[in-house]
Amino acid sequence: MNSLVRARRWVGQHLILGLGLLVLAYTFVPIAIVVLMSFNDSSESRNVYKFQEFTLDHWLHPGSWASGMSESVWLSIQIALLATLVATILGTLAAFALVRHRFAGRSAANLIIFLPMASPEIVMGSSLLALFVSSGFGGQLGFWTILIAHIMFCLSFVIVTVKARLSGLDDNLEQAAMDLYATEAQTFWRVTLPLVLPGIVGAALLSFSLSFDDFIITNLNAGQSVTFPMFVWGANQRGVPMEVNVIGTAMFLISIAIVLAAEVARRRQSKALAA
Amino acid sequence: MTSTAGVPPVSTHDTTAVKPRGRKLTGYWLILPGAIWLGLFFVIPFYSLVSASLYDPAGSVLTGYEMTWHVANFADAIGQYKVQIGRSLLYAGSATALCLVIGYVLAYAIAFKSGRWKNLMLVLVIAPFFTSFLLRTLSWKLILADDGWVVDTAQALHLTNVLNLIGLTSTDDRLLATPFAVIAGLTYNFLPFMVLPLYASLEKVDIRLIEASSDLYASPIRGFFKVTFPLSLPGVVAGTLLTFIPAAGDYINAELLGDTNTRMVGNVIQNLFTAQGDYAAAGALSVTLMVIIVGAVLVYVRTAGTEELV
Amino acid sequence: MSQAAEATTSSVRSGSRDLRLSKLTKEFATFTAVKSLDLVVPQGQFFALLGPSGCGKTTTLRMVAGLDTPTSGTIHLGDTEVTYEKPYKRPVNTVFQSYALFPHLSIADNVAFGLKRRGVKDVKQQVADMLDLVELTSQAHKKPNQLSGGQQQRVALARALINKPEVLLLDEPLGALDLKLRRGMQLELKRIQTEVGLTFVHVTHDQEEAMTMADTVAVMNQGVIEQMGAPSELYENPRTTFVANFLGQSNLIAGQIEGRDGDRVTVRVQGSLASVRGERAHSDSGEGWLGIRPEKVLIAETGQPIDAPGDVITGGYITDVSFVGVSTQYRVMMPWGQELMVFEQNTGARPMLPVGTKVDVSWRPEFAFLLDASQDAKAGIEED
Repeated sequence: MNSLVRARRWVGQHLILGLGLLVLAYTFVPIAIVVLMSFNDSSESRNVYKFQEFTLDHWLHPGSWASGMSESVWLSIQIALLATLVATILGTLAAFALVRHRFAGRSAANLIIFLPMASPEIVMGSSLLALFVSSGFGGQLGFWTILIAHIMFCLSFVIVTVKARLSGLDDNLEQAAMDLYATEAQTFWRVTLPLVLPGIVGAALLSFSLSFDDFIITNLNAGQSVTFPMFVWGANQRGVPMEVNVIGTAMFLISIAIVLAAEVARRRQSKALAA
Repeated sequence: MTSTAGVPPVSTHDTTAVKPRGRKLTGYWLILPGAIWLGLFFVIPFYSLVSASLYDPAGSVLTGYEMTWHVANFADAIGQYKVQIGRSLLYAGSATALCLVIGYVLAYAIAFKSGRWKNLMLVLVIAPFFTSFLLRTLSWKLILADDGWVVDTAQALHLTNVLNLIGLTSTDDRLLATPFAVIAGLTYNFLPFMVLPLYASLEKVDIRLIEASSDLYASPIRGFFKVTFPLSLPGVVAGTLLTFIPAAGDYINAELLGDTNTRMVGNVIQNLFTAQGDYAAAGALSVTLMVIIVGAVLVYVRTAGTEELV
Repeated sequence: MSQAAEATTSSVRSGSRDLRLSKLTKEFATFTAVKSLDLVVPQGQFFALLGPSGCGKTTTLRMVAGLDTPTSGTIHLGDTEVTYEKPYKRPVNTVFQSYALFPHLSIADNVAFGLKRRGVKDVKQQVADMLDLVELTSQAHKKPNQLSGGQQQRVALARALINKPEVLLLDEPLGALDLKLRRGMQLELKRIQTEVGLTFVHVTHDQEEAMTMADTVAVMNQGVIEQMGAPSELYENPRTTFVANFLGQSNLIAGQIEGRDGDRVTVRVQGSLASVRGERAHSDSGEGWLGIRPEKVLIAETGQPIDAPGDVITGGYITDVSFVGVSTQYRVMMPWGQELMVFEQNTGARPMLPVGTKVDVSWRPEFAFLLDASQDAKAGIEED
């Protein structure tokens, strides 16, 4: 009776976890294929998107990449870095304003910050395009218009991420710092900022990947510039060169490495505290 | 120990404990740069878009555009592209429903069953964000390829017949370039947008409430529908919105995984803007899409709101 | 207070639906929470499971509720075994420590929850009656978070009681309330229990609460029951140092047991002889702890007469005096280097004795108890 009950409980306990893991596995199948395809030699026929022969060439010889690809990757990195920098700074300031200061129009501000995340990209992209065209910049679409657009949509995500971290912060910590003779500036630099930093770093990472990956808004406002996603899109019409998967894989590995490193550091810290 | 354990956890809703403070003007200065950016490049563009939707439809990139308050653009756009609009809503709706079911299982597993692997599982949920959207979608081309094992298995299980019967595919031997493939792609791509808010909501559900329902004669299944699910409704609402809205405007999945018969409104808008330069029609269609989505969201939130969310 | 009498009467009318735990054991990965527990709670009793946090009382309760599965042992309700029965199939309901009120349901819906799950059709009248019983009729349509702590507690009680369970489990239900409200709720709970006549099993770490409310108290420590009985019996005649210290306070003085003589056991304590009644002596030979409650100890300035037929011990002096209103509490340093606690009623017969006063102490032999010296004299003393 006892062991039977326990066996049934075990199944009951783990059934949902198993299903959940299955869902997670499903989300990883396409990523696995991206990784796999980065080792695929498709020189025989480009039009068939399937694994043909193993090769390390795409990883080892960037010089052999399809023409225009390296340039598109470089453009995407430049835009993503700049967009991340600006959006993180502006967004962090705004998050502090929203959590730590009371001013008229706060709820309106909250709404306007939420809306970009809840609007279809195609609408935001076409709105921006309409703005650029109607204000006479229609002929100058390119690097700067892409950057403006990316900062715009990254901003909301930064504000929300930093805000979450900031409002989860124990108010007493700052009061304790001031009680222990720290001035407001010292309190900010020595207590508040270190505690909020994980949120800011997370927001920056999110911005970078959002910007690097964006296609719909970028495609409408890029003019003649070609970012990496646009390169993939264009290549799709002719047959996708397998080396694009190298970029996809590298992005994935770098991001995961950063996230895992952060998690390990967090665990080590909490373990050190527990000891 | 007893005093902390004894605090009633029933008021789980966030009361935003941190009091806003600081000098009055500091807040404005801090938010000003971000607000200006969003104002200039998010709010004002909407105005430009609405203007563009009222341009003289005869305008083009070469001849320029003229504001003629041509309201008929809307009637024309809706009349001409009503199929694509309807299709977008249908595909996005189906994908959202599928995401809700699949995502709920995952979110529930993470919230209640993952133990010390919770953080790792959450990282894995967002991990797909770090790989190119386009490349992941292209992967589905390979997975659903005509001679692939997915098609073979689906055929062996007669799933293809079922899909064909309900109109999601058109032949018995293809999955790619069908509505099924587009919906599957949308479901896959927007799943994390569903899982994260669901998880956030479920995680706040006090496990003791589930125990209490069990103590009060509710079987696990009834307990789920009477207690857990109602308490997760805020997450369900947020998740469905965050999935449905981008899915309705998406055209990548329709383009990469579908064919000419699966074009969504996003494909049309994109094409009108970039290939045809028909800003008036594209603007009108874009505004229409936004209006439909806002309307649907309001109706939906109001309906869900009658449940009197806590 | 005739709690002892009540306990007897209720055990007399105990019927076939007693709650019986046999050899109940719960092991967790790193420790054993409950060790081979045997316990019978007669039907209709107000039973308190008293112990410090971590003693296994809540685990025991959760096993009875079905929320935890025992590692071994059985739980019976009357003749029915419910050891592995699902919680939602047991005629047992719980008032949770956190109340666990459903925040998305109104008070009335919370109270109706159990009946509806069991398919009862017309619950309106029952809900109204129950809300009337806990005096919350006017709050029926509010949500739990609009109510005060005391009101929430009453909803939790009503929500469990309405199902007329055979056993009602109360998991520190008053823990979150402030002292004044707690007193009121204690009386209220007791009144309702008498009124509905159900078996109540009340888990608490508050000895005063257990003693005021329960017919029978079981003192639990480290997974086992140390002693069980009517509150007065536990207090007057503790069997272990843990019970002696956890229930109220005790002076435990080391002594040498001389032997049993008829109905009396004689102990040599610091040079003088003391006798303890047979039924209060829980050891017959060797080393022993002679126990005496502080309020049973009489005190007087050296040389002044003490109104007690017992032996007088001289040579002490007062090291600490605290005035607590109804009584004055002295600490007296005895010649052998032990501090005794002495509580004296503030009858006004004598002014308070100042620190440093040389005093004699004494007590009536029939109030003393004798415990085995192998136990830790400090067991059960709650650390501040």
